[in-house]
Amino acid sequence: MARDRTPAGLVGAAPEAPFEITFDRRTLTALPGQTIAAALWSAGVLAWRTTRRDGRPSGVFCGIGQCYDCLATINDLPNRRACLVPARPGDVITTQEGHGHAELSV
Amino acid sequence: MPTRSSADLIVIGAGVVGAACAYYAARSGISVTVIDRGAVAGGTTGAGEGNLLVSDKEPGPELELALLSVRLWRELSDLLPPRIEYEAKGGLVVASDEASMAALRGFAARQERAGVKAEQATVDQLRDLEPHLAPDLAGGFHYPQDAQVQPALAAAHLLRAAGGQGSGGVRLRLGEEVIGVLTGANGEVRGVRTASGDVRAPYIVNAAGSWGGELARLAGVGLPVLPRRGFVLVTEPLPRVVRRKVYAADYVADVASGSAALQTSAVVEGTPSGPVLIGASRERVGFDRTLSVEALRRLAAQATRLFPVLAGVRAMRTYAGFRPYLPDHLPAIGPDPRVPGLLHACGHEGAGIGLAPATGLIVARVLSGGQLPLDIEPFRPHRFDAAG
Repeated sequence: MARDRTPAGLVGAAPEAPFEITFDRRTLTALPGQTIAAALWSAGVLAWRTTRRDGRPSGVFCGIGQCYDCLATINDLPNRRACLVPARPGDVITTQEGHGHAELSV
Repeated sequence: MPTRSSADLIVIGAGVVGAACAYYAARSGISVTVIDRGAVAGGTTGAGEGNLLVSDKEPGPELELALLSVRLWRELSDLLPPRIEYEAKGGLVVASDEASMAALRGFAARQERAGVKAEQATVDQLRDLEPHLAPDLAGGFHYPQDAQVQPALAAAHLLRAAGGQGSGGVRLRLGEEVIGVLTGANGEVRGVRTASGDVRAPYIVNAAGSWGGELARLAGVGLPVLPRRGFVLVTEPLPRVVRRKVYAADYVADVASGSAALQTSAVVEGTPSGPVLIGASRERVGFDRTLSVEALRRLAAQATRLFPVLAGVRAMRTYAGFRPYLPDHLPAIGPDPRVPGLLHACGHEGAGIGLAPATGLIVARVLSGGQLPLDIEPFRPHRFDAAG
C-alpha cells in the first residue's frame, strides 16, 4: 500500500534502535537521525504550534528551515525549528502557543 | 528610443525623506516625479529603526526640526493607514550611576527650555515604566514626545498618499538611476538624465540619503555627505517586554561624536510585530557592509545590561545600514545657491525618519513660496564651501 512507503523503507535503511520522546506528555517513538518534525509526522501529529495573531494551528510547511512555520517548544526552549532539530532520547516537545514567551509579558 | 517626460519637481530618492518631500510638494499642487535607482525605502530608510526622537537632541536647529517633525508625524499618523506602525510610545533614557544621572538632569533641563517634555523618573518609577529594566540603575528621564514608525512602510504609504486627492500628481520611477543633471545656459536645472531617458523639471531635490554627496557631484557641487555604518540586532518575536524606546544616557554623547571608531550604545525597543530591535552602533568605514561581530557583541551586551531578560531570548538576524552625516551633524535642507533649481534634503544621519516630515514641509514651502516653518539658515547646503 502506498501509505506504507516511508523514506526509510524506500532506501532499505536499517536504523538503530528507536527511542522515546514526548509530545504534550504523550509518549512517541523516534528513530535515530529523524528530526523532531519527522518524528511528529510519523506519529500522525501535523500541528504543534498556534499562530501569534489568530491562534491557528501550524506545523511543517517548507521542511528545510526557511519558513519558520514549524516552530515548537523543545525542552522548554520556544521557537525551535522542528524540521531542523534532530530528535534525541527523552526530548520533551510541547505545543507552542503564539510567540512561546508568555512568561515575559508585562 | 529614450522616453521623455516632465514635472514641476523631480525628487531623487524614494526613501522617507524623498517621500515626505513628494507628499508636501504634491499637496501644494506641484507635480512630482520621484526617481530612485532601487526600490522604495531600499537604501538609507529601509536600514533604519524608525526612531522619531527629540530626547537625544541638544537644544539647537536639529531639535527645532525634530519638534516640528514629531507634531507632523502625529498628523500624518491620522492620515496614513495603521500599517505604518506609528506608536507614540515615549522614550526612556536611563542613567547607570549618579554622575550620569546628574548630567542627564542638566541636559533635560536645557531641553525643557527648548520645548521638550522631559519627566524625571526615580528608580521606583523606572520599574513601573519598564518592569523588565535592570534593578541597579540610578534613574532616568521619560520623554513622552518620542515615537516610532516602521520606516519602510511609512515611506511607502507617504508616497501613496502623496498622489491622493487634491494632489499635483506623483509619478514613481523605480529602478532608474540618475546619471546626470541637465542644466540650461545659465547653469540652472532643467531636469535629470537616466538610462531610460531625460526627465525635465525646473527643480530637483537631492533626497539620496547616504548617496547625497554623489548626487551633488553629478550636479557639479560639493556636499560632504559621509556614510556612518550602523547595525541593528533583531530578536525572536516576544510579548511586550519593552514598552518604550529605552536607551542609556551615553547614547547622546555617541550621537554627537565625530569619531571614526566603533561606538555602541544600546537603544532597545519592541515592535508591533513582536521582535525587539537593538541598535545602535556607529562607525566610519565607508560603504562596507561586512558583518561586524564585535559591534553585535557589544550591542547584545549593552542591551542585556539594560534588560537582563533579553539574555534568555535569541537574536534572529541583524541588518546594517548607512546613516548619512555631514561634518557638523546637521542635514542639508533647502535651495543650493550654486545651482539654481537644485535643492537638497539629505544628510540627516541617524535621524532621517524622524526629521523627514519637517524636511519635506520646508522643501514644499520653498518651492511654493510659502512661509517657512523655521529658520533654515543652519541647514544651508553650501555652508561647507569656503565662501558659504
